[in-house]
Amino acid sequence: MRKLAGIGVLVLVAAALSLVVGTKAIPVGTVLDALVRFDPADPDHLIVTERRLPRTLAGLLVGAALGLAGAVIQGVTRNPLADPGILGVNAGAALCVVLGISVFGVTTLSGYVWFGFAGAALAAVLVYAIGSLGGDGASPLKLALTGAALTAALASVQNVVLLTDSATYDQFRFWRVGSLTGRDAEIVAQGAPFLLVGVVLALGLGKILNGLSLGDDVARSFGQNVTADRVWCAVAVVILCGAATAMAGPIGFLGLTVPHLARLLTGPDYRWILPYSMLLSPVLLVLADVAGRVVARPGEVQAGIVTAILGAPVFVLLVRRRKLAAL
Amino acid sequence: MTGPVSGPATGTTAEAARTIARARLRERARVGSVTTALAIAALAAFLAALSYGDFSISLPDLLASLTGQGLPTVDYVVHRLRLPRAVTGLLVGIAFGLAGVLFQRLLRNPLASPDVIGVTSGASASAVLSILLFGASGAALSGSALAGALLTAALIYTLAWQRGISGYRLVLIGIGISAGLSSLVSFLMTRADLSAAEQALVWLTGSLYLSSWDTVVPLTACLAVLVPAALVLARALPRLQLGDDTARGLGLPVERSRLGLLVVAVCLAGVATAAAGPVAFVAFVSGPIAARLIGGARPAVVPAALVGALVTLVSDFVAQHLLGGHQFPVGVVTGAVGAPYLLWLLAMTNRAGRGG
Repeated sequence: MRKLAGIGVLVLVAAALSLVVGTKAIPVGTVLDALVRFDPADPDHLIVTERRLPRTLAGLLVGAALGLAGAVIQGVTRNPLADPGILGVNAGAALCVVLGISVFGVTTLSGYVWFGFAGAALAAVLVYAIGSLGGDGASPLKLALTGAALTAALASVQNVVLLTDSATYDQFRFWRVGSLTGRDAEIVAQGAPFLLVGVVLALGLGKILNGLSLGDDVARSFGQNVTADRVWCAVAVVILCGAATAMAGPIGFLGLTVPHLARLLTGPDYRWILPYSMLLSPVLLVLADVAGRVVARPGEVQAGIVTAILGAPVFVLLVRRRKLAAL
Repeated sequence: MTGPVSGPATGTTAEAARTIARARLRERARVGSVTTALAIAALAAFLAALSYGDFSISLPDLLASLTGQGLPTVDYVVHRLRLPRAVTGLLVGIAFGLAGVLFQRLLRNPLASPDVIGVTSGASASAVLSILLFGASGAALSGSALAGALLTAALIYTLAWQRGISGYRLVLIGIGISAGLSSLVSFLMTRADLSAAEQALVWLTGSLYLSSWDTVVPLTACLAVLVPAALVLARALPRLQLGDDTARGLGLPVERSRLGLLVVAVCLAGVATAAAGPVAFVAFVSGPIAARLIGGARPAVVPAALVGALVTLVSDFVAQHLLGGHQFPVGVVTGAVGAPYLLWLLAMTNRAGRGG
C-alpha cells in the first residue's frame, strides 16, 4: 500500500510539472492563482486553464487507459510483448481516421474518435484471430509478426489515399504521431465516459487474469469460463485503446513497458498489477509530454515520439531476456 | 535417410535409388522450365515498358533503337526517358526478390522479409531525414538510404546476438526497432512543410519516377557484385534449413555462412531501397510465389529474383498506364496486391502451425 501511495504522489508531481512547465514561462504562484482564484482577464490564467489543464487531464486519462490496456493484453495473451503499437491496433485506428478525414470530411479531433475506435477494434480482432490460428495458440512471435504484417498492409492502403489527397495528408500527419498538444476540455469530456467504463471493467479483471495466467486448463478447473473471460478482456482493451487513441493519436510502447514495471514492483498478481499500471502509466506519459515541451524549445516533440524513443530500447531488453513465452 | 529402405533385398534399394534419381530429374526439369518461363515473361514486361506509352514504339523500331540503329526521335524516348526507368525496375525487382528469399529462408519464416523486420525502415528513416533536413536527391539520397539500411541491420544483428543468433530473436528485435524508427519518420513528417513531406511520402511508397542513368549506373555496379555473391552463398541454404545442429554436423560453418548471407541480403535490400525507395511487398511476395511455382522444398533463389523483377515491372506498368489519369508510384500497386496476399499467407502458415 505504501508503494501505491508513493506512486499516487508521483502522479500529482507529474501533473503539477505539466501545469507549470511550458513554452511560455509562467511563475508557480500565477499557476496556483489560476486554479484557485481564476481571473478570465489574465492571459496567463487562460493559458493554464484552457490549455495546460485539459492537456494534463488528457495525459492522465490516456496514460491510465494505455497502461491498463497493456496489462490486460499481456495477461490475456500470456504474451510479454503485446502492445497496441506492435500488434497493429494503432495502424487500424490510423487507417480509419484517414478514411474519416478523406471520405467523410471529418476535420476535428473530436470527430476522429469514432473512426479511431472502429479501426482499433477491427485490427485487434483481426490480429488476434489470425495470430491464434494453429495448434500452439497466440505465441509472441506469431502475434508480433501478424501485427507487423498487418501494419505494413494497412499502411499501403493508407498511402493510396494520402498520395492523392494532400489536404487529408496535411491533417493526418499531425494526428499520426500521437500527442497531447492542443487537446481541449471538449475532447477530455468526450473521451472520459468511455475511459471510465473501460477502467472499471479492467480493474475488475484481476482475478480472471490470474486464472488465465495459469493456462486455460487450470483456469477451467477453477470453474472459469475461459471464452467468456477472454471476451470481457477484449472488450476492455478495445474500449481503452480505442478511446485513448482517438483522444491522443497512436501512442506506442507505453502499454508495453508499464505492466513490466508494475510486475517488478508487485510480483505476478494481476489484482495489484492492474492498479499499479493504471497509476504508473500516466506518470510516464505526462512526464514524456513535459520532456517534449522542454527539449526542442520553442517547438515541441510530441509525447508519442518521446515514448517511442524511450520504449524501443525497453522492447529490445525484453526480447533479450530469456524465457520470453513464459509469462 | 535409410529408414524406409530396410531389409536385405538389395533390389529394393536400387529401385529406391532409381526413384529418387527420377524425382530429382523431374524437379530439376521443372525448376528449369519455370525459370525459363519467368525469364521470358520478365523480358516481355521489360520490352512492354519500353514500347508502350504516350508515344508508342513498334517492336522492330524498338529493337533497332536498342541495337543502335534507330530513328533519332525513337532513340530519344527509349534511351533518355524509358530505358533508365525500365532498367531500374528490372534491377530493383531482382534485388528485392533475392533479398526477400534469402531472409525468409535464413530465418525459416515466410513472413520474415526485410520489409517486415525493419531493414527497409532503417533505410527509409535515413532517407527521409536527408530529404527533409538537407533537401537531398539523387546520389546523396541513395547513399543515405543505403547507409541507413546497413546501420539498422548491424544494430538489429548486434542486439539479437546472444552466444549466436536465433531467427526468433532477430525477427522480434527487428520489429521493435522498426516500430521505433517509423515513429521517428512520422515525427520528421510533422516538422517539414507540406510539399517536402509529400515528396518524402512518394519516396516512402517506392517509385521509379526519378530513375535516370545517374542512378542506374551505381545500381548496376552494385548488383554486378552482389548477385553473384548471393548465388554462391545461397548454396549453403539447403543445409542451413536442416537446422543449426544438423548443418554443423554436415561440416558447414553455420554462423559464418549465415552472417555472409545476411550481409549480402541486407546490401541487396539497401541498394534497391536506395534506388527506388522501399517498394512495398516485392521482397515479401517473391520468395513464396516462386516456391509455389516450383512446388518443391528447395530454396528457389533464381526464380524468386525473376519473380521480383516481373512483379516490379508489371506493377509499374499498371501504376503508369492503367489507373486512370493519375500516375501512381509503383509501390501503390505492389502494396495493393501484396497486402491481401500477406494476410492470406499469415492465416495459412499459422493454421499449418509453421507461423512461429
